[in-house]
Amino acid sequence: MQFPFLSIIIFTPLAAGLILLLVPAERKNLVRYISLAASIIVLGLSVGLYASYDINAGGYQFVERIPWLPALGITYAAGVDGISMPMVLMAALVIFSGVLVSWNVDDRPREFYSFLMFLGASVMGVFCSLDLFMLFFFFELAVFPKYLMIVVWGYPRTREYGGMKLTLYLFIGSVLALVGALAVYFASGLGTFDLLLLEKADFSTGFQQLWFPFIFLGFAILGGIFPFHSWAPDGHVAAPTAISMLLAGVEMKVGAFAALRVAITLLPEGAHFWAPAILALATINVVYGAFIALIQTDFKYVIGFSSVSHMGLVLIGFATLSREGLIGAGMQMFSHGVMTALFFAIVGMVYDRAHTRDIGKLGGLVRKMPWAAVGFIVGGLVSMGMPGFSGFVAEFPVFMGAWKSAPLVAVIAVVGILITAGYIFLVVRRVFFGDVPQELAAVGDVTVRDKIVIGLLAAIMILIGWFPSLMVRMVESGVDNILALLGGA
Amino acid sequence: MVSGEFSTTMILAILPEIGLVILAAILLTLDLLWRDERVQRLAWFTAAGLALIMAVSVLYSQPGDKPLLIWGGMLRLDMTGFVFRMMFLAAAALTSLFATQYESLSRRGEFYVLLLVSTLGMSLMASSADIIMLYLAIETTSIPLYVLAGFLIGDKRSVEAGIKYLLFGAMSSAVMLYGLSLLFGFTGTTSLYDLAASLVTSQVPQLLIYAVIALVLVGFGFKVSAVPFHFWAPDVYEGGPTPVAGFLSTASKAAGFAVLLRVMQVAFPDQTAFWTTVIAVLATLSMLVGNYLALAQKSVKRLLAYSSIAQAGYMLIGVAAGTPFGTTGAIYYLMAYLVTNLAAFAIVTIVEGKVGSDELPAFAGLSRRAPGLALAMLVAMLSLGGIPPLAGFFGKLLVFAAAVEANLIWLVLVGIFNAVVGLYYYLTVLKVIYLNRAEDESPIRGISVSWRLALIVSIIGIVVLGFWFAPWYQWAQGATGAIWLY
Repeated sequence: MQFPFLSIIIFTPLAAGLILLLVPAERKNLVRYISLAASIIVLGLSVGLYASYDINAGGYQFVERIPWLPALGITYAAGVDGISMPMVLMAALVIFSGVLVSWNVDDRPREFYSFLMFLGASVMGVFCSLDLFMLFFFFELAVFPKYLMIVVWGYPRTREYGGMKLTLYLFIGSVLALVGALAVYFASGLGTFDLLLLEKADFSTGFQQLWFPFIFLGFAILGGIFPFHSWAPDGHVAAPTAISMLLAGVEMKVGAFAALRVAITLLPEGAHFWAPAILALATINVVYGAFIALIQTDFKYVIGFSSVSHMGLVLIGFATLSREGLIGAGMQMFSHGVMTALFFAIVGMVYDRAHTRDIGKLGGLVRKMPWAAVGFIVGGLVSMGMPGFSGFVAEFPVFMGAWKSAPLVAVIAVVGILITAGYIFLVVRRVFFGDVPQELAAVGDVTVRDKIVIGLLAAIMILIGWFPSLMVRMVESGVDNILALLGGA
Repeated sequence: MVSGEFSTTMILAILPEIGLVILAAILLTLDLLWRDERVQRLAWFTAAGLALIMAVSVLYSQPGDKPLLIWGGMLRLDMTGFVFRMMFLAAAALTSLFATQYESLSRRGEFYVLLLVSTLGMSLMASSADIIMLYLAIETTSIPLYVLAGFLIGDKRSVEAGIKYLLFGAMSSAVMLYGLSLLFGFTGTTSLYDLAASLVTSQVPQLLIYAVIALVLVGFGFKVSAVPFHFWAPDVYEGGPTPVAGFLSTASKAAGFAVLLRVMQVAFPDQTAFWTTVIAVLATLSMLVGNYLALAQKSVKRLLAYSSIAQAGYMLIGVAAGTPFGTTGAIYYLMAYLVTNLAAFAIVTIVEGKVGSDELPAFAGLSRRAPGLALAMLVAMLSLGGIPPLAGFFGKLLVFAAAVEANLIWLVLVGIFNAVVGLYYYLTVLKVIYLNRAEDESPIRGISVSWRLALIVSIIGIVVLGFWFAPWYQWAQGATGAIWLY
C-alpha cells in the first residue's frame, strides 16, 4: 500500500468543509484562509502527482483499495489514468481559483466556503473512482452544494428557477444512469462494482445496446448534451461566480468523464451502436450552442451557451471512437475546463464592478481592467482553437477524428467554430473596446487575487498550446486502454 | 422447534420486554413522587432506562445462529426480531428526549408510560410467531398510540387526531382479524411457521388464500401507512403532539414492516407472485400519492406526513422484489429512515415551540437564527431525498437495486421519477431555511440539553448509516436470513 495521495486530494476538501462548519460564523477571514489552505494542498498534490505519473507505464496509478462493503462487492478504490489525471489537475486549478475569486462573498461565507469544499470533494471523488458505486456516491454528493449555492448566493432574479432546474435535470440524469449501472452490476454476475473487473465482463450485444443510452445519456445530461442542455446556461447564469466556474468548468466534465468511463468502456458494443446518434446530437450542440451564444445580450449567457457548444466537441470526440477523437476529447475537457473557468471569473469581475451584464451597456473596459481584457482575449483565442493555445491542441484532433469517421460532422462542426469566432470578437469589441459609457466611469481595476487567477489560468492554456506534449502523451496513454476495449467489438 | 421446558433462554429472550415493563412500573411510581419541576427528569430517566435495556439486550439477549421458538411457540428468538426490537428501543429513547422540548405536554408520567407500553407491543410484534400473539401485540402497540395521538386534551385537533386514528385503526384491525380467523379456519393452526405447510395440505382454493392475503394486508397497510390505507396519517401527524407524530411515522411504521415481511414470507411462500404484485401496486400508489400531495403542503408537519407515506412506498419496493436482497434493502432503508425522520420531526418540534408555527414561513431565516439547527434540517431533508453521504441514499440504492435484480424495471422507473419529485420539495424546505428572510431574525435560544443530545445522536446516525455500511448491512442481512431459517 503506497501513500494515499489521492485520498488526501479527495478528503482534504471534505474535511475542510466539515471543519468550516465548526468555525464561529463571524470569523470570516479564518473561514477564507482555511479554504485557501485546503485548495492549495489539493493543487500542490495534484501538480505533484501529475508530474510523477509514469506515462510509459500507463494504466491506473496511485491506486488505493479499501474494502467498503464486501458483501456487495463495493470497494473504496481510487486511481488515476491518463485521462483522469489531467481532470484532477484541472479541478484543482478551478477550485483554487474559485476560492480566490469568492473572497468578497460576505453573506454567510462560512456556509459558502463549506459547500464549495464539498463540491470540490465530490468532483475529485468522481475523477478518482475505480469503483462504480464510489463513482455514484461522489457524483450525487454534489447535489446539495450545487443547489444551495445557486439558490442562496446566486443571481437574485433567476436563482430559484435556475437552481432547481439544474438540480432536477442532473438528478434525473444520474438516477437513470444509476439504473443502468445496477443492471450492469447484476448482469455481469461478478458481484462487484469494480470498474476494472466489470470492463472484462462480457455483456451480450443486446444488453449493451439496451442499456448504453441509459448510462450514457444519464451522465451526458451533466455534460450538456442536446436537447437536455438547457439547464446549463440557466444554471450557470444563476450561479455565483465560483460556482459557475466549477459547474461549467468541472461539473460538465464530470458528466462527460463518467459517460466515457462507465458507458463507453463498460458497454463498447453499445457505444458502437449508438455512436451515430451521439454524433448527430453533439453536432447540434456545437452549432446550435454557438449560434444561440451569438444572439445573447447578456454577457454571462454568452459564456453559458458557449459551454454547451464546446462540450459538443468533447462528445463528438467520444463518438468518433477513434484515437484522434478521444485524445482531442480528453484535451478539450481540460482546455475547456480552464478556459470557461477563466471566462466566468472575468464575467464575475466585470459584473461585480459594473453591476450589469448587458453587453449593450458595457464598453471600453480594457482601460479600466486590462488584466480582465487580456484574460478574456486569451480565453477567446483558446475557444476559437487558435494555434499556440490549448484549444488548438484539443479541437484539431477532434476534427481529425470526425473527418475520418464522419466527414459531414466535421464540416458542420467547423461552422460552429466560425460562429464561435464571431461571438467572441463581438463580445470582446463591445465589452472591452470602444468608449466607456458614463455609468462605468468609476469602475475600478481587478484585485491582486483576481490577477493571480487570470494569470494562472491564462498561462496554463498558453503553456499547453506551446508544449502540447506536456499533456497529449498522458491523455494518449489513457486512450490506449479505451481503444483496446473498443477494438474488441 | 418448540422447546417445551422452561429454561433461562426463555427469560433471557424476553429481557427487553421485561425491562420495558419494569421501567414503566418505576415511571408510574416516580410520576407520583415527582410532581414538581422534577417532572422534567422523567424524560432523562426514560431515555436512560431504554438505553440500559438496549445495552443489556445486546449483551445477554442476542439470538444464536439457530432461531428458537419459545414460550409455547408464541415468540421466536431470532435475528429479525432482535434487529427490529433494537430499532424500536432506539426510537423510543430518542422520542422521549425530544418530548422534553414539547412544552404543551402535560401529565408527562403517563405520556412516557404509554410510550413504553406501545414500544413493548412493537417489540412483541417483531418477534411473534403465532397469529394470536401477533394480533395481541398489534393491539398492545396501537391502543397506547391512539391515546398518545389525542394526548393534548385541550387541543381540538389533537383530540380529533386521536379519534380518527382510533376509528381507522379499529376498522383495519377488524378486517385483518377477519383474515387471520379465516386463516385459522382453513388450516387449524395458529402457528405462523406451520401455516404454509398446512395451507398446502388443506387444499384451500388459491382464490380464497388470495382473499385472505388481501384482508391481512389491509391491517399491515394501515400500520405502514401505505396508500390507500393512509388517510389517517396526515391528520394524525398534524393534530397529535409532534414527538408522537415522529414516533408514529418511524417506530410504528417499522413494526408494521416487521410483521409484513415475516408474515408474507413465512405464511404465503407459495403465493409470492400474488402478494409481491399487490405490494408493488401499493408501493406505486404510496409513492405517487405521497409525493404529489406533499408538493402542495404549506405546513412542514403535513409535508413530512405525506413524505412518510411516500417513504413507505420506497420501502415497499424492497418488499415487492420478494427476494432476500429486497428484504435486506427494506430493513436497511427502515433503519435509515428511522433516524432521519425522528430528526426531522424533532426539528419541527423545536421550531413549532420557538416560532409558534409549523408552516413553511416559520422556517424562513432559520439558517441565520440557528445555523446548527438549519444544518441538522439540511442533513435530514437530504437523507430523505436520498443524497449521499447520508443514510437515505444507501437505503434507496438498495431497494432500487433489489427491484432491478428482480427485473421490476418499471417499478424502479416509477421510484426514480418519484425520487426526483421528492427531492424537489425537500429542497424547497431547505430553500426557505437558507434563502428566505424572516421579519424576526433574533437567534433562537433555550434549546434543552436533552434535545441537543438526541438530535446529535440522530444526525450521527444518519451520517454513519450513510457511509459506514458494513455493520448495519450485516444486521439487515442477518435479520433477512433469520426470517426463513428453521
